[in-house]
Amino acid sequence: MSLVEIESLRLSIGNFEILKGVDLHIEQGEVLGLVGESGSGKSMTALTLMRLLPDLARTSGRVSFDGIDILNAPETAMNRLRGDDIGMVFQEPMTALNPVKTIGEQVAEGIRWHRGVNRKDAENSARAMLDRVGLPEAKFPLTRYPHELSGGQRQRVVIAIACALHPKLLVADEPTTALDVVLQAQILQLLRDLVDEQKMGLLLISHDLAVVADMADRVTIMRHGEVMDTGETGRILTEKTHPYTRQLAEASTHVPERTSRFISPPRTPPHKGGVPGAGPALLEIRDVTRDYASRRLSLFSRAEPFRAVSGVSFDLYEGQSMALVGRSGCGKSTLARMILALDRPTSGSIRFGGAELTTKSEAELRPSRRNMQVVFQDPYGSFNPRHKVERLVAEPLHLLESQPSRAERRERVAQALAEVGLSAADMDKYPHEFSGGQRQRLSIARALITRPKLIVADEPVSALDVSIRSQVLDLFADLNQRLSVAYLFITHDLVVARAITDQVMVMHEGEIVERGDTGAVLDAPRSEAGRMLVAASPDLDRALARRRQTAIG
Amino acid sequence: MTLFLLKRVVIGLITLLVASVVVFSVMEILPGDPARIMLGMNATPEALATLREQMGLNVPLLERYANWVTGMAVGDFGNSYTYRSPVIDLIAERAIVSLPLAVISLALSTMIAIPVGIFAAARRGRMGDTVSMGTAQIGVAIPNFWFALLLIYVFAVWLRLVPAGGFPGWAGGIWPGLKALILPAVALALPQAAILARVTRSAMLEVLGEDYIRTARAKGMPRRTVLWRHALRNAMIPVLTILGLQFAFLLAGTIIIENVFYLPGLGRLLFQAINQRDLIVVEGVVMLLVASVVLVNILVDIAYAMVDPRLRSRA
Repeated sequence: MSLVEIESLRLSIGNFEILKGVDLHIEQGEVLGLVGESGSGKSMTALTLMRLLPDLARTSGRVSFDGIDILNAPETAMNRLRGDDIGMVFQEPMTALNPVKTIGEQVAEGIRWHRGVNRKDAENSARAMLDRVGLPEAKFPLTRYPHELSGGQRQRVVIAIACALHPKLLVADEPTTALDVVLQAQILQLLRDLVDEQKMGLLLISHDLAVVADMADRVTIMRHGEVMDTGETGRILTEKTHPYTRQLAEASTHVPERTSRFISPPRTPPHKGGVPGAGPALLEIRDVTRDYASRRLSLFSRAEPFRAVSGVSFDLYEGQSMALVGRSGCGKSTLARMILALDRPTSGSIRFGGAELTTKSEAELRPSRRNMQVVFQDPYGSFNPRHKVERLVAEPLHLLESQPSRAERRERVAQALAEVGLSAADMDKYPHEFSGGQRQRLSIARALITRPKLIVADEPVSALDVSIRSQVLDLFADLNQRLSVAYLFITHDLVVARAITDQVMVMHEGEIVERGDTGAVLDAPRSEAGRMLVAASPDLDRALARRRQTAIG
Repeated sequence: MTLFLLKRVVIGLITLLVASVVVFSVMEILPGDPARIMLGMNATPEALATLREQMGLNVPLLERYANWVTGMAVGDFGNSYTYRSPVIDLIAERAIVSLPLAVISLALSTMIAIPVGIFAAARRGRMGDTVSMGTAQIGVAIPNFWFALLLIYVFAVWLRLVPAGGFPGWAGGIWPGLKALILPAVALALPQAAILARVTRSAMLEVLGEDYIRTARAKGMPRRTVLWRHALRNAMIPVLTILGLQFAFLLAGTIIIENVFYLPGLGRLLFQAINQRDLIVVEGVVMLLVASVVLVNILVDIAYAMVDPRLRSRA
């Protein structure tokens, strides 16, 4: 008998059907990868196993765990199961822990609850578990609070809570999506080791085929509440017999077509004259440093400033597409803010189109602002939900010298919408009427409306599903070709960097440690930080190749 | 933590200093010569001049301010023109009524409101929630003096359990004093409890939607246990804020209730002093109230830090 058996599971909230007859099973000690895009119902499937569904959810079908009928078990039986036989790890480590309780209390709590042991014994077990997940006592005593830990460390605590009682099944719902690639690789390794050691079954939910290809014995692919494809990981992802599987796999390795790549200028160009053929640099960054005041530790010691960006210099030319990659906290967003003149450097110079930005007042910055626009990560949060598209997309027009008339304004908005593949009729809609991918198109249209020379894009596709992501990347590539806009792409996702940039800069602890043509750097990184990023970055083809090798060897 | 406390105390002292300047200047600007008010409209100019001299009203402004502040620092609030006794004695006499009244009504409202708020949050959208929040709505809407009259009618006039008004003092023992304060305390507590219950409910609901509540549920603890162990403490921050504000209000904003029950409290003292242009009393009482608000705020800050470790380390 399988550890988990789900048969024709249906789930609806109100009149909305979320799961439409899902079948899946997990054997003891097996890793099942559950893949799907947002709205496919993969998280709801996991929550059904724990029976932690929203109050209004109605279910039918059969779900059995270790012989227990989950859908009909009394609540007390579920309470015995949760945390003891089934552990769960969630997506967002920053909010998964109670901020007012120490990590020791939170790990020991489940042990005491289920085993009824005294505080001392529970704390000893908690200590051992925290050691096991890589939080040794010397640096992470039980008395630490969650806010004193980083995201990756907090996810380790959540894993310690989930695995403290050696559950038969661990449910991990996008456990690494909120982490950077290096942390992702570490956390996945930890999960793999724990599953092996404790002979746990693992239900690993992910939108990332590469992650699943690396981890799972079998994979089940869901879409719109139905199972599309299921089977042994290597076979499913290599043969790709199901059209949806093929579509997902292609989307996640998609590289947009770019005919005329930007030819990179010689490495040390004469700054004054510029580069022949490329013209003067659009953006010149020289020795930019940004210090932040940190907190004083005591009344008498001086505060040591924290250096977020340290001595960064580079040039960006018209039409060039540049990636800025690095782990979270490496200073890449701080650098972007200074380029956008939203923050001023402590020292150094930033010239855009020949004009120094660092010393200008807000009014003097207007002409520069017109020529640089930004696209943010979250297409949901960056629009005022009460405004219509026309007003939202036209927003940057106030930067123009002469304000366009109403008719002119509509004309420009229509043009910008057409450029990103939307229709002029969309102008009178509200943002909630668009899907995530369409909203990201809207934010690109908004960025384009002033005909900027530079677009800074901060993780512009990381919140999007893979199939939509590939479309948005195509759009970026296309605009770069047609309008010769320069891009600065800030990302920790090397697949994105490879897809649409000519050059890449690797940032580490505030410094640019490596720079070169994208292909060259990502194929053979020279810096330690670059090597770490490349090694940790999930890659579908590499994962499948590894899988074949181990199968043969 | 010591640094945190030190910072709060320094900020508190600065607040007091600023308040003293404001209070003093307002009283200077206000029309009405206290000497003339004391002597009446028919006083001779000579008598007026003598009294002004006695009261120190002829001393230059800055010097008067300095004397006033340094006096207060050592507990000398000056002498009342109308009562002809030290202000500090007047305040002490009234504080022994107002302070217990505030504490009792705050305790009452907390004891009612927090359990009701938790109860309503735990039964969100169900009968218990609707009924308790409906009652709270009525509690906010009812004017407290009307409710006070109702209480007097039922408990004092009809059931004869407590006196209808007045205050016998504490000399005759604690019980008679308490008996006189119980009705006003209930009348004051009702609207406070209603507000506090609503705040508690919404704070609890917000916390119950947090991810860490789901983490706790995934450990296998029932809803109710999670509510007490994980939600309550996190929901206390907004509740503490409201509690602090309410205590400050209860100390001196109780004039209407004091009048209904004929209680000699601080509110009435302040009201009478303003009517009689007894500036020195007004200044003293106002400064005392400012000081108590500052003190309560420091206590609330300390309570925040005890509840939330993030605030502890940020300080």
